[in-house]
Amino acid sequence: MTAEAEVLSLKNIHMAFGGVVAIQDFSLDLRAGEIVALVGDNGAGKSTLIKIVSGVYTPTSGTIRLGGETTSFADASSARSKGIEVVYQDLALADQQPVYMNMFLGRELTKPPFGLLDKARMRQESQTLVDELDVRIPSASSTIRDLSGGQRQGIAIARATHWASKLILLDEPTAALGVAETARVEELIANLKAKNLAILIISHSLDQVFKLSDRICVLRRGEQIGIRETAKTDKNEIVSMITGVA
Amino acid sequence: MVVYIGFLAIFLFFAATLYDDGFLTQRNLTNIVLQTAPATIMAIGLVFALSAGEIDLSFGSIVAVAALSAAVAMQSFGLAVGVIAGLGAGVAIGALNGVLVAYLKLPSFLVTLATMGLFAGIARSMTDLRSIPVMNETFTGLFGSGKLFSIPSLVIWTVIGIGIGHLVYRHTKFGAHVLATGDNPRAAQVSGISVARVRFYVLTICGGCAGLAGLLYAGRLQAAKYTLGESDLMTVIAAVIVGGTLLNGGKGSVIGALVGSLMMGMLNNGLILMNLKVSDQMIVRGLIILLAVAVSLRDANR
Ligand SMILES: Nc1ncnc2c1ncn2[C@@H]1O[C@H](COP(=O)(O)OP(=O)(O)OP(=O)(O)O)[C@@H](O)[C@H]1O
Ligand SMILES: [Mg+2]
Repeated sequence: MTAEAEVLSLKNIHMAFGGVVAIQDFSLDLRAGEIVALVGDNGAGKSTLIKIVSGVYTPTSGTIRLGGETTSFADASSARSKGIEVVYQDLALADQQPVYMNMFLGRELTKPPFGLLDKARMRQESQTLVDELDVRIPSASSTIRDLSGGQRQGIAIARATHWASKLILLDEPTAALGVAETARVEELIANLKAKNLAILIISHSLDQVFKLSDRICVLRRGEQIGIRETAKTDKNEIVSMITGVA
Repeated sequence: MVVYIGFLAIFLFFAATLYDDGFLTQRNLTNIVLQTAPATIMAIGLVFALSAGEIDLSFGSIVAVAALSAAVAMQSFGLAVGVIAGLGAGVAIGALNGVLVAYLKLPSFLVTLATMGLFAGIARSMTDLRSIPVMNETFTGLFGSGKLFSIPSLVIWTVIGIGIGHLVYRHTKFGAHVLATGDNPRAAQVSGISVARVRFYVLTICGGCAGLAGLLYAGRLQAAKYTLGESDLMTVIAAVIVGGTLLNGGKGSVIGALVGSLMMGMLNNGLILMNLKVSDQMIVRGLIILLAVAVSLRDANR
């Protein structure tokens, strides 16, 4: 069992935008098969942290280790090539393209001898993937804009699972969804644990955080307030950590 | 798709009303295809630009500059240099549009509105408004009146252009990246697609297509003049939109643009055969285009 293997290790991460300190002295270890929730008020620095791990920003100082090795990401593509996938709050899907083209966006499969698109294989692999995760859509050829918000978020998560070999980052994945759709997506996320990936999820819903996560990490104005095991804490403690009001 | 119904409706209408005027003769129908060849080639480029979320308004001016460049160069340096000068002018102006849009991040509507005026002026001043004859018979054969296995060269250019355009648009990574860029540039960018490069290429392709269209005009008319391409802006944009390409990007069709372009050609041809005054032709054409575009957009937004 490799569930204890450390996938990502952040040590003393600092991030400043000009004079604004967005993250100060942040450290966290993520293990395979584990879901860690990142919580904090608006502007606490959660998205910034995700962007550091996904290669969008380079931290001012601190070290990032991936699978035990110190790394740095030149850009989002380089983080992606190292097995890190992000599900963005605003989806990042191309609405008028079919599901299978979104699944392979920027990484389209081609076939010899002319390097033309292998649509049949992309369609079939996408279908297998959504079936496996039980994302219920009419077909892999459906156009994204004909799908519901929950189905879309399902596609985004399926895409991340397909490409991630180590880590999935989710930035408020259910912020735009209704009750039933949120439940579906939460189910999907819970199922990802079985794939032995490490998962870091940002959420403003404490119900969701308590339902899904193994550990909870609290940020307040860029400062890391603490990490708790979900089973050993309660909402009151987390709320007072978030707000700073005892 | 609406364009096929529209095409059929206009065809049947003219076939019935203009039967005695020779609309249905093989000669007239072939003529329509030959006359639309330059517009069809321009339309291919525009499908790429619109699909990527950009627009090119300058292609009409590029046609004139390319045709004149080819004609002038050919007078002194012969066929090969003439062809290269014509295509090169198109690609270079397209690339200039591309740099301004992709790397200086200026909106393509304004950039190409400006270059449209700029190169219309340059076309006028290149030869002092004079028309330049194109005598080289290889050139006029290749780009105009010639035939291969009794197929007119303009038909061959149309087929090759549509074939390559469709293949690239539907079946290559580049085509997929064009659509993704027009659909959701942020999603394309975070998926590792170089959105700027896509924008640069589509405008360069537009310029190249307009350059080729310029050669086709020069070949068919055996002369180049600053007025070439001047009146194609509305026709080509209408052909592309009616053919199912969205003005806002993310969706389109090269084959649809061909059908749209033939439909516009048929419309021009039929209105002339109906003996309408030029002013009436313009009014009727404008109204029909308005109707066709409205119907296509309604269809696309459903
Ligand atoms: N590119 C940037 N340039 C300057 N300041 C930035 C930039 N990105 C984020 N910040 C600042 O860093 C701080 C943290 O922002 P961040 O987006 O990480 O917050 P968040 O925790 O995700 O908030 P929310 O819950 O509202 O999404 C904020 O004060 C923000 O203004
Ligand atoms: Mg955020």
